Amino acid sequence: MAKLHVSTTINGEPVEFLCEPNDTMLDALRGPLGLTGSKEGCSSGDCGACSITLDDRLVCSCLMLAAEAEGCRVGTIEGMAKGSKLHPLQQKFLEMAALQCGICTSGMLVASEALLKRNPDPSEEEVRFWLAGNLCRCTGYDKIVRAVLEAATEIRETAQ
Amino acid sequence: MNIVTNNKWIGQRTIRPDGADKVTGRAAFAADTAMPGMIWGKIKRSPHPHARIKSIDTSKAEALPGVKAVITARDIVDFPIDKSVMLGIQDMRWMCRNVMAREKALFPGHPVAAVAATSEAIAAKACDLIEIAYEVLPWSIEIDDALKPDAPILHEFNRFEGQPSNIAGRIEVKKGDVAQGFKEADVIIERSFATRPVHQGYIEPHACLVSVAPDDKTTIWSSSQGQFMVRAMVAHLTGIPQSDIRAIPAEIGGGFGGKTIVYLEPLATLLAKKSGRPVKMVMTREEVMRATGPTSGSKSTVKIGARKDGTIVAAQGTFYLQAGALPGSPIRGAVGCSFSPYDIPNVLSVGYDVLSNRSKVAAYRAPGAPIGAFAVECVMDELAEALAMDPLELRLKNAARQGTKAAHGPVFPRIGYVETLEAAKAHPHYTAPLGKPQGKLQGRGVASGFWFNAGGESSAQVNVTEDGNVVVTTGHPDIGGSRAAIANICAELLGIDYRRVSVLIGDTATVGFSNLTGGSRVLFASAMVVTQSTEKIITTLRERAARIWEIDPEAVKWENGAAHPASPNAGQFEPLTLAELAAKAPAQGGPIGAGVQLNTEGAEGGFGTHICDVEVDVELGIVRVIRYTAVQDVGRAIHPGYVEGQMQGGVAQGIGWALNEEYIYNRDGKVDNPGFLDYRMPVCSDLPMLDTVMVEVPNPKHPQGVKGVGEVPLVPVMAAVANAVHNALGKRFYALPMSPPRVLAALDAKE
Amino acid sequence: MTDVRYLVPGTLDEAIRAYAAAGSAARILAGGTDLLVQMRSGVVQPGLIVDVKKIDEMMAIEETADGGFRIGAAVSGAMLAEHPRFGKVWPGVLEAVNLIGSKQVQGRASAGGNLCNGSPAGDSVPAMVAAGASVMIQGPQGRREMPVTDVPAGPGRTNLRPGEILVSFTLPPRPPGSGDAYLRMIPRTEMDIAVVGCGVSLSLEAGVCVAARVGLGAVAPTVLLVEEAAKALIGSKLDDAAVRAAAAACSAACRPIDDKRGTIAYRTRVVGVLLTRAVAIAARRAGGH
Repeated sequence: MAKLHVSTTINGEPVEFLCEPNDTMLDALRGPLGLTGSKEGCSSGDCGACSITLDDRLVCSCLMLAAEAEGCRVGTIEGMAKGSKLHPLQQKFLEMAALQCGICTSGMLVASEALLKRNPDPSEEEVRFWLAGNLCRCTGYDKIVRAVLEAATEIRETAQ
Repeated sequence: MNIVTNNKWIGQRTIRPDGADKVTGRAAFAADTAMPGMIWGKIKRSPHPHARIKSIDTSKAEALPGVKAVITARDIVDFPIDKSVMLGIQDMRWMCRNVMAREKALFPGHPVAAVAATSEAIAAKACDLIEIAYEVLPWSIEIDDALKPDAPILHEFNRFEGQPSNIAGRIEVKKGDVAQGFKEADVIIERSFATRPVHQGYIEPHACLVSVAPDDKTTIWSSSQGQFMVRAMVAHLTGIPQSDIRAIPAEIGGGFGGKTIVYLEPLATLLAKKSGRPVKMVMTREEVMRATGPTSGSKSTVKIGARKDGTIVAAQGTFYLQAGALPGSPIRGAVGCSFSPYDIPNVLSVGYDVLSNRSKVAAYRAPGAPIGAFAVECVMDELAEALAMDPLELRLKNAARQGTKAAHGPVFPRIGYVETLEAAKAHPHYTAPLGKPQGKLQGRGVASGFWFNAGGESSAQVNVTEDGNVVVTTGHPDIGGSRAAIANICAELLGIDYRRVSVLIGDTATVGFSNLTGGSRVLFASAMVVTQSTEKIITTLRERAARIWEIDPEAVKWENGAAHPASPNAGQFEPLTLAELAAKAPAQGGPIGAGVQLNTEGAEGGFGTHICDVEVDVELGIVRVIRYTAVQDVGRAIHPGYVEGQMQGGVAQGIGWALNEEYIYNRDGKVDNPGFLDYRMPVCSDLPMLDTVMVEVPNPKHPQGVKGVGEVPLVPVMAAVANAVHNALGKRFYALPMSPPRVLAALDAKE
Repeated sequence: MTDVRYLVPGTLDEAIRAYAAAGSAARILAGGTDLLVQMRSGVVQPGLIVDVKKIDEMMAIEETADGGFRIGAAVSGAMLAEHPRFGKVWPGVLEAVNLIGSKQVQGRASAGGNLCNGSPAGDSVPAMVAAGASVMIQGPQGRREMPVTDVPAGPGRTNLRPGEILVSFTLPPRPPGSGDAYLRMIPRTEMDIAVVGCGVSLSLEAGVCVAARVGLGAVAPTVLLVEEAAKALIGSKLDDAAVRAAAAACSAACRPIDDKRGTIAYRTRVVGVLLTRAVAIAARRAGGH
């Protein structure tokens, strides 16, 4: 069975790759595309470490076939910073020690950015429920939630 | 002791040196690595909980196109049962049988063979083609079943009190005479407890990439808590000399003790050697849950007796902990730590290591201590209730202090336990009113805990670059932010800007021997060797300045990043900065750098006291933690953000252990919940903000006063939650987890 | 190496042709949040994956002429939440669909997939049953309609015939004074499979319940439509006695099992609690109309 050829856009750039029909998007990102920022924690959609955006929608890349990326816009952690300028979320995570081992961090950031695009002024509860699909075992989530709330404030204030 | 008090960097919330990589997805974890020509390794695992391996036929697997190597236990160095070979706390006799079954498969998921092939799919298919003849044997999993007189014996060689047994060991700690002590008690509380096995739950599955050249020169990238442990284990298990193995620690996605041993590296090494290709192996989540070491399930009985006035006169504990398939449960932690917060004249603490057909346990954050503390701290709560005493007061009255002879042996030096109790008592959380929402009951509980902490070997190099900045190479994988703390210390000592210090983790070829990242020892040990290395550099810098000024080195001081004359008498000279001295180094005697290797000593145990509020939905039996305050004696918070992080992380794990985490087995003895769906760890919406109070009682034996902080936070949590549930419902829970069906059944029984 | 084929048909006819031709080796791909997990664990090894997300009818959300809704079977929970009116008319169905998994899962998971996966615990199904929804199915023999209640056949099985694809859900027009709600019991706050699920839809006129439907999930091999519970509510003012009777009817109707997520005793005990709470929420929403 020949491989499938997929044309897609990743972090704003046109990209082509080959994949098996049953490869997941996570397999494609971490394999032929060399974008290892999205992590594999469970391959069953329970941990969120593989989070990406697909046409601006937050999804688990392990729950999507690579072939489905055809013609879509994919956003990964690698596209979050603009050159060397970190996104406010990334900066706040660093300032507030919102990461320890860092394996959940890519997914947390992608998920948080998706939240703030939809809801620029979330409450603590809204942040917690939005991030329920992103498991972290190191931090107990406290500093992550604080960093997201602080980043939200900063983004709102910058926008004014 | 010379605690630095003018803190420019120590105590500051600096940005960690590895941070930019981690927030941009650049940081290379073991599964992110690749090499040209790389092939994939997969493991064939036993489906049976207990079976003799009669034969293994790998011929069909070897014939499958794309398969480059197949290995079985024959390829692994044998460690005969009659000779113990220790590597740290691990016995190689068990390690070699853990990485691959030899005579018997001992749990479902036990590796029995491994394959390397050009794709994961081919490797998996090849595993299916390996034919194994098993003689299926009866099995047992739970402690009670493993101890029955007719229980299937896992290891014929294992004897206890002269008989073949599933008890692999017994330890005891004794102080005074408990029989006599209990006679003096006015109130005695004796209770039995049970906890289920739980997994460390690191989000990153085990992964490694190994390349072996034709001359056996081996390079290993792996996710581990100790690259020197990886090197040594692989050397032992493959026969390749340590000097030919370079073990490189990748960034590690969580360990909590579960990555202090190897699973994949020896197999990948043998496959790489046989195939002549680099071999990558990554566990699936299911493999992690089935076949890596969770911690023990347990059964404990604790008895504590006190006089009417609250003085504890005797304490006794018996702790049965599951070892899993091979010996080595953490009875030392349960037996040694559980009574240590208290000054008790008569103590008898006994632990039994129980074998059964489940995966061999691995360390989990203060191994054994949370299990013991759950029992002891719940009994303390009942004791306080029986004595009509405030639970913190009861603990204060009996608190271990400097000079107390701990139950586990040593005499405590200056410790901070009392400070944690007082801080908890004074905290607004302790007296905040509880709410009475409709249909729910709220309650509050407290608990304390202790963990030994460790010192051990550490090496570091500190080198000044030609442009006057600093590179620090340390030996321990960073799982909690230790690089940031080390940079704080080095910058503080040198008096330079924090950003001029780069901290890297060396591999086995580039840094001296360093023991595991575990035992809450990384910062304690690495700070000591980094401090000594930096002090040597400061001495060198003073000598260089002295030579330039033609004065005595004793007349030179180092301050704010520059050499200055120590007094006006020494002469009038412009200060010489680090950058200036670095530039002059080639002409002035050569490179400026120093390395230190030590077996660090002086580590002191840590104490914590926690306050927990819960809210129980009484119609559904659901317990939620609504407020939590963890107080801990942290020695010195070199980087407060990461110390708080350790406390919050341990608390979250303990809440999961208390409420929802457990291994569930089906009728066939297999794990029924080997994934994050049904192995229920706390998610973001399950938890409130986790407040922390860091009490600083500096460790007098450490240059910065550092004490280990990483493990203590897990120890008190389950008891704090259980005591809070009791306060809410008037019902004691002696078994974990306090999941909704159990809570509801208890509420129904109460009525 | 792989034997699986991936197809993205542009029309429903094309999809049915390919799907029917491949027989039991074929699987429909909408959100993939069940299929990919099953493929990864080896439980399912399809020979053909038919991706239906380019079929307009399966991705559309329409308000029908009579005031009801037609929702394409492949519409994700997130898309459904973004519809300006759907959540106002059917808040219970919407919340049920959007309780499945995480935000990431809701970005993809569909009510069609949830129903056809055949899990007795699927969150959307009790709410759809309570809503009185029907489904439009198309296969080689043509189109047919079926109440949602009749779709599940047992754990992992549906009453769809070979070659048939679930195309859309139809929700009936809503009389004024109607409200619905879905509640589930899970041990954590999110991310768990329902231990018990309860969907309630009711209509009130002058404070009296004139219509009610109750759907229960995870307490039997298929979702239950508990008519006895509805009977207890209809004609009442949703007073304590009526609700208690409805709750008892639910406990009596359920036939749960002991498994890693709950016990028979617990599920039976809890189903009445959820019914009581769901009725209160649905009633509040009905009052708001």
